[in-house]
Amino acid sequence: MSAFEQWVAFLTILRKEVRRYLRIWTQTLLPSAITMSLYFLIFGTLIGKRIGTMGGVSYMEFVVPGLIMMAIITNSYANVVGSFFGAKFNNSVEELLVSPTPTYVIVLGYAAGGVSRGILVSIIVTSVALFFTDLDIHNWGVVVGVVALTSVAFSLCGLINAVFANTFDDVNIVPTFVLTPLTYLGGVFYSLDLLPDFWSGVSQINPLVYVVNAFRYGVLGVSDVDITVSFAMLIGLTVVAFAYAMHLLGSGTRLRT
Amino acid sequence: MSAALEITGLQKTYANGFQALKGIDLKVEEGDFFALLGPNGAGKSTTIGIVSSLVSKTQGNVKICGIDIDDDFSLAKKQIGIVPQEFNFNVFENVEDVLIHQAGYYGIPIGIARKRADYYLEKLGIADKKHVQMRMLSGGMKRRLMIARALVHEPRVLILDEPTAGVDIEMRRSMYDFLRQTNSEGRTIILTTHYLEEAEMLCRNVAIINQGTIVTRGSIKDLLRDLNSETFLLDTQDELPANFSVPGFDLRPIEPTCLEVELARGQDLTEVFTALSQAGASVVSMRNKENRLERMFVNVLEGAS
Repeated sequence: MSAFEQWVAFLTILRKEVRRYLRIWTQTLLPSAITMSLYFLIFGTLIGKRIGTMGGVSYMEFVVPGLIMMAIITNSYANVVGSFFGAKFNNSVEELLVSPTPTYVIVLGYAAGGVSRGILVSIIVTSVALFFTDLDIHNWGVVVGVVALTSVAFSLCGLINAVFANTFDDVNIVPTFVLTPLTYLGGVFYSLDLLPDFWSGVSQINPLVYVVNAFRYGVLGVSDVDITVSFAMLIGLTVVAFAYAMHLLGSGTRLRT
Repeated sequence: MSAALEITGLQKTYANGFQALKGIDLKVEEGDFFALLGPNGAGKSTTIGIVSSLVSKTQGNVKICGIDIDDDFSLAKKQIGIVPQEFNFNVFENVEDVLIHQAGYYGIPIGIARKRADYYLEKLGIADKKHVQMRMLSGGMKRRLMIARALVHEPRVLILDEPTAGVDIEMRRSMYDFLRQTNSEGRTIILTTHYLEEAEMLCRNVAIINQGTIVTRGSIKDLLRDLNSETFLLDTQDELPANFSVPGFDLRPIEPTCLEVELARGQDLTEVFTALSQAGASVVSMRNKENRLERMFVNVLEGAS
């Protein structure tokens, strides 16, 4: 395929993905807006008033970046794992597999779909957050970099999950038992300074601590970890996930017989 | 001119050890209307799966329009359109999107894809379903859409795996007309089917595959010529005379006004007509008792086993 044809194929996958999640917006976009509104109301406003400040900012301001990042992670991941597994389940993935679309275009197309949903949901959640607090972005470069890398990395992880999934239960295992606990324990609602030394040390091996704190640094200028480590970790995760997704789709694992 | 499809020594052994293809050779010329026949599990779908890249070959070579899939599968894939046996749609997409997306995967921009989608939907008689979700279509409409989807990138070779399974007679006939027209425009068509009269009606050449081996191939005309006998049913206006017989012919009365005739190669049915007429039971109609290709198919498979 020529470069132009590959670009068309990429845009086609992206278009298909965007149309899919917009078609079912009550399942894909609305829940995050409602859930985050409740978080802002309960944790930020009601409980937050009693907590006072955390990390040098109001509790409301403190939780907003973490919640936005949580929305990006879960939506990027969920979009690709749901869509690709669905395509496997109804065999419509064969439409792509029999076509001349190169493997890397398929991987990037699905990842772009996940990124677009992650970013769209983050805009919705940020808009909701602005009803509760003001946000003065500390460093736009860090914000954009973290959002881009995080959404790409977790979209790719969703694709890998979808390749291995045999049932809809398999699609939900990682988000339910891995992503959600790691996100909640990733410093969304608290500063690592509050933890005893042992648990603070344990938290250092949770990758989502780095993601959440890097984003919080970009928004508020405060972080519990060194954000260069965060960026290194995110870049590493993205590269490894991309290479593995390429390997899986290129070799036809669980897709071709 | 290179062959539309050339397969040499193709083998496939699945992970469980089952050898689906045992080294088949097959050549389909450009512009042909070709049938690949065989009983269930013979290796037809595996062969098509390898050509379409959904199944990995164990050994052998496949060339599509002269392009070896091992050299440039991407270019080879552009030459073929596949109509699979099972529906493989996202049922929540609408008809037009299915075609636009498929075209896009071949690098065709959306503007051109829309025009082609309109053209093929019109040709296949489902233009009014353009904005309908896939799940709302009947089985026959889905089958026709799969043909439109396979053609939207305008391949040189169209491969159909059991395209009329579950399609009613009227719709089947309109699909036959469309396929004949497509073939007459120069596109090669390769068909697998269980309906042998379909193959006899549409195809010029045939290969029969059984247990992963090609057991016979050639033009349908030549293969049918090799049949040793044919069975006809003759309907008469009046009742057949008691103990009616014609020397040298194998005759069996089926009903009072229906006679079964086993016609050996070289025998002339006119003798039976004349004898019946002289006996006061004129023939008003006649038909083949069984599909000739079916007879040939059974003979070949019995010979191979």
